[in-house]
Amino acid sequence: MLRVENAQKDFDGFKAVNGASLSVEKGEIVAVIGPNGAGKTTLFNLITGQLKPNGGTITFLGEDITSMPSHRICKKGIARSFQIANIFHRLSVFRNVQVSVLSQKNRNLNLFLSSDSFFVKETQSILKNAGLADKHQEIAGSLSHGDRRLLEIAIALGNEPRLLILDEPTAGMSPEETATTISLIKRLAETRGLTILFCEHDMDVVFGVSHRIMVMEQGRTLVQGKPDEVKNNLEVQRAYLGTE
Amino acid sequence: MRAIDFQKGRTPIFNSILLAFLILAPAVLPAFYIYIFSVIFVTAILAMSLNLVVGHGGLYQFHHGVFYGIGAYTLALILTKTDLPPWVGFIAGPVCAALAGWLIGLFCVRLSRLYFGMLQISLGSLIWAVTFRWYALTGGDDGIHGIELPGILSGITRSYYVILIVLSVCLIALYRIYKSPFGITLRAIRDNPERCAAVGINVRRHQLLAIVIATFFAGVAGVFFVVVERSVFPDLMFWVLSLEIMIMCLLGGWFTFSGPILGAAIMVSLRTFAGVYTEYWTLILGVILILLIFFLPEGVMGFIALKLKRRELLLEAKKDI
Repeated sequence: MLRVENAQKDFDGFKAVNGASLSVEKGEIVAVIGPNGAGKTTLFNLITGQLKPNGGTITFLGEDITSMPSHRICKKGIARSFQIANIFHRLSVFRNVQVSVLSQKNRNLNLFLSSDSFFVKETQSILKNAGLADKHQEIAGSLSHGDRRLLEIAIALGNEPRLLILDEPTAGMSPEETATTISLIKRLAETRGLTILFCEHDMDVVFGVSHRIMVMEQGRTLVQGKPDEVKNNLEVQRAYLGTE
Repeated sequence: MRAIDFQKGRTPIFNSILLAFLILAPAVLPAFYIYIFSVIFVTAILAMSLNLVVGHGGLYQFHHGVFYGIGAYTLALILTKTDLPPWVGFIAGPVCAALAGWLIGLFCVRLSRLYFGMLQISLGSLIWAVTFRWYALTGGDDGIHGIELPGILSGITRSYYVILIVLSVCLIALYRIYKSPFGITLRAIRDNPERCAAVGINVRRHQLLAIVIATFFAGVAGVFFVVVERSVFPDLMFWVLSLEIMIMCLLGGWFTFSGPILGAAIMVSLRTFAGVYTEYWTLILGVILILLIFFLPEGVMGFIALKLKRRELLLEAKKDI
């Protein structure tokens, strides 16, 4: 479904991503792991068009999406959440998600109808799915950290993605919040057949939910394989990953 | 949507009273006040149009006055230099302003934030300079005075009512835009353009459309400036005026819908009444601005909205007990 080949990105000579390769098949949950600064977030930014790669190719559903602007990549069916909660602070929770539903249905340019008549049901059902239904009136900027992260995912779901990319979905969450988020991810994958690519530091989460794992180190792909293979390999790589 | 509902209860009553007062005003108030009200209405349209892009769109529209001026000059030139019927001028004014907005916006939206503002000031100042120097066409720094208006607009009271109607229509239109999917998307872009792109929104296209709409309404304000003052002069396009409009939005409240109207009313009153006593009324403005930034960073209307909301929450809390 998604294929990244030999992606390169440097920032003023610093090679943040230097030959990363990755493949994600339909219906899979794939995790990217690696030490801080390994280039995981940069790789995601290359895939979703926030950054333009210096080299390599990225194909999605057989189409070359390398260097496409991010709004077009999104329309191809890739949605993402960000590591630092990237929400619309002054809008209500409901509007946050409604914006992405409107975008998905190409209604953003409608000028004269009230937005209260657009996709209320769809938006509510996404909020319910993400466990934010009772907070839909709150201003997004006033949410707790955990809820912001959930809203992040809810916004991405508004795009009805085929591939959902999550950048450290449980970072900074309490154990309970982490458990909720993980069950949400699992439920999405099972009930909607959503393909998910995520990166994460919590190894329990990684080995608990993913079908395949890609290990990055200094911008390169070390290995991509099934959890068992990686785990065995991991013994060798303990130096890179630290003691978990 | 409770947060919106509580306002719905009170504002229609307030609005009806205000409207009734404004309709009756010419019968009770001296002509001078009617003239001031007309100026406030026109300025309010102008401030509202700027706030669409600045407060709701988060764009650094630093030189909005130019489009106001283009609207005014277009009408003035059509009325004085051509034999076209006057209504052509009233339509051409806003349309020309919107065209200029589109053209300048086309370049500006490619730049980010402050650079957007700087480029707009440069391009806008260019238009100002041409207007200022082109004596044959625009009358240069003298401007054009004593413009003849069609009969329906002659007389302060008549033009007052026409402008009141125009203001109402503009407000309804802008309110619909504010509440529309486009309005919400625009505010989302203000809050987080990067995220908007990531949910598939073409940020630049939306910003450009917002600029075109805003400059159109600035053109409407410009056209009715001519109705009120019967003259045009290059100061309309000078950057100082653009700054004043910006201050009106700030004063009233960036993030509220009706704040800029209040800001416009405050500024015009201040200029008129404090201006009678001292040439240095801008000093008073400066002090007000400093106080505002420290104590009411959300503007006057933002402050009122916050108070109302708090009271509503308190009432609700009591109900629960």
